[in-house]
Amino acid sequence: MSRRRLFAIARKEVIQLARDPRSLVLAFLLPLLLVLVFGYAITLDVRDIRLAVLDLDATSESRRLVDAFAESGYFSVRRRLERYGDAEPVLVAGQASAVLVIPRDFAADVAARRGAPVQLLLDGSDANTATIAMGYADAIMSGFAADVLPIRDVFLAVEAETRVWYNQTLESRNMIVPGLIAVLMSIIAAMLTSLTIAREWERGTMEQLVATPVHRLEVVFGKLLPYVGIGLVDVALASAVGVFLFGVPLRGSAALLLAASVLFLLGAQGLGIFLSAALRSQVLATQAAIMVTYLPSLLLSGFVFAIANMPAALQVVSYAVPARYFITVTRGIFLKAVGLEALLGSLIGLAIYSAIGLGLAARAFRKEIA
Amino acid sequence: MSEPAATRPAVRVSGLTKRFGAFTAVDDVSFDVGMGEIFGFLGPNGAGKTTTIKMLTGLLHPTSGTAEIAGLSILHDLETLKSRIGYMSQLFSLYADLTVEENIDLFAGLYGVRGRRFEERKAWIVEMAGIGEHVGRLTADLPLGFKQRLALGCAVIHGPPVLFLDEPTSGVDPVARRRFWDLIFDLSKAGTTVFVSTHYMEEAEYCHRLALMNRGRLIALDSPATLRGSMVEPLLELRTDDAPHAVEVVKGLSGVLEASMYGRALHVLVADERAATPVLSEALAGAGLTLRSLRRIEPALEDVFVARVRAAGGVE
Repeated sequence: MSRRRLFAIARKEVIQLARDPRSLVLAFLLPLLLVLVFGYAITLDVRDIRLAVLDLDATSESRRLVDAFAESGYFSVRRRLERYGDAEPVLVAGQASAVLVIPRDFAADVAARRGAPVQLLLDGSDANTATIAMGYADAIMSGFAADVLPIRDVFLAVEAETRVWYNQTLESRNMIVPGLIAVLMSIIAAMLTSLTIAREWERGTMEQLVATPVHRLEVVFGKLLPYVGIGLVDVALASAVGVFLFGVPLRGSAALLLAASVLFLLGAQGLGIFLSAALRSQVLATQAAIMVTYLPSLLLSGFVFAIANMPAALQVVSYAVPARYFITVTRGIFLKAVGLEALLGSLIGLAIYSAIGLGLAARAFRKEIA
Repeated sequence: MSEPAATRPAVRVSGLTKRFGAFTAVDDVSFDVGMGEIFGFLGPNGAGKTTTIKMLTGLLHPTSGTAEIAGLSILHDLETLKSRIGYMSQLFSLYADLTVEENIDLFAGLYGVRGRRFEERKAWIVEMAGIGEHVGRLTADLPLGFKQRLALGCAVIHGPPVLFLDEPTSGVDPVARRRFWDLIFDLSKAGTTVFVSTHYMEEAEYCHRLALMNRGRLIALDSPATLRGSMVEPLLELRTDDAPHAVEVVKGLSGVLEASMYGRALHVLVADERAATPVLSEALAGAGLTLRSLRRIEPALEDVFVARVRAAGGVE
């Protein structure tokens, strides 16, 4: 390999990028835009769950319970129902995702200390919200019981004091933004490089290029170099948006974050070059790149769904999703300030990915016409 | 390989063959090209000219056969070979979104031309292509003639002993074409072997030797003058009021070997001039066509090629 030829290719690639508004938008504007959109739009926090109330007791106790739900901030009372039969239509129509049913003898049962059952009907078609709503309801009910009962009757004196580490306010944004950086880069990195080789075949410039003594690795790495640079700028930009706009803490080492990004980018962009060289069509290569990177990194990386909760088979598959390792790294560095030792496994995963991406790219690119 | 360098051919092609599936694009082609020669490559579209050039420049791997260029094998010394040849492809293939200067710099970098030699070569290209005032312009904005001269400059920036040009002047006006050929003559005088494919008969006349290809085969190889002299049958030029109709009438008459349109006239190759003349006039009169003139002419290269291609089985 000749460094001079490699740099000649890299330099040409930079000039071409700088003159192409579409590439610039893809390279810099798109990731920024996506971080903003996702950062504002995705929130996994559940608030203001729509609640319908069927209060068959209509006593001051029952009204206090309803108030306890309303004042919690997690539920907002949208409908008052008259009959039990109204509960289902309301849930089906989506006017409420939960129905609180207070039976006729509620106040009497409370007064008699014999346990006062109430019913909470939940719309399980959104399992995530339902689970969270159930948790909130439990907490509100225990609080209510503690309030209405005299001290001596609260025999369960032991109380779990829960403390959440790393994300004290349980802001989902703190989880999302670092993960988002990883997911975005998986998509954009491979997409950017998927254009490069195919574009030269389509425009005919590749024919002149491969007639020169340039080595194929010089072409592959010469093209890769500027894009790794762009990828790092993107990671830095997205991180800056996360920290300064969304207030996500960056507790760990920025240098380690960039180093891990280099590994990840080499893999993803190598993959893009591989597709570009193998398919020799910009449209096909871009589509393939998006297909290979987008869904797995969105669904199987632990970005939205925790890997530990997936079926065993999918958990195994997730080991082959490079974004999984990158997300572990970004979240670890952003939120837990973990260092090299804790991230070693994920970094090795990323290193393997970059080796595979580069290997595929180097093998796929041929200096022959057909 | 004990031949002295002076007599060793610049290009030696032996049994070169390329198949794409069942289709044979180049079929067992062999020839030599001498040092400093301008070697023309002619033939209809799809005859295998471009495929042959792509094999000789290492862009395609031959199915069988081999070739040596400047003593280097296209099978075994490919990477070294690429630094000893220049190649300019059929379609303009410099980077349109780079400036003239950036293109020159890029190819200098790829061919390892640097330092003082680089400055000299760059100045030479700018002067030779006449692009002094366009150096900072995007290549896309240049007129085609300038683009082609720039592409030629980039292809020879490293001073290769052998240069391959695949239809380098297609699409430009005759003035620009003539100017391009002046550059080829200069390169040839300076000792560069130029291997050029073309459609244009006037360009074929400029070549020292011509190879004619048809259906992947080499069907003629000689100097333009010898090829013209090789046609012994008389050629007649025939003018009527309806040339397309006349071709149909004349074709297949006894004693007529070939008939084809040249502009508004017909060129008719006959076995014997005396015998053919009355046959032609009768046939035309019978078809209701007026014979305006009929005279014997000297064959041009085009006539020779049309005759050779037909004799070799016609175009696909």
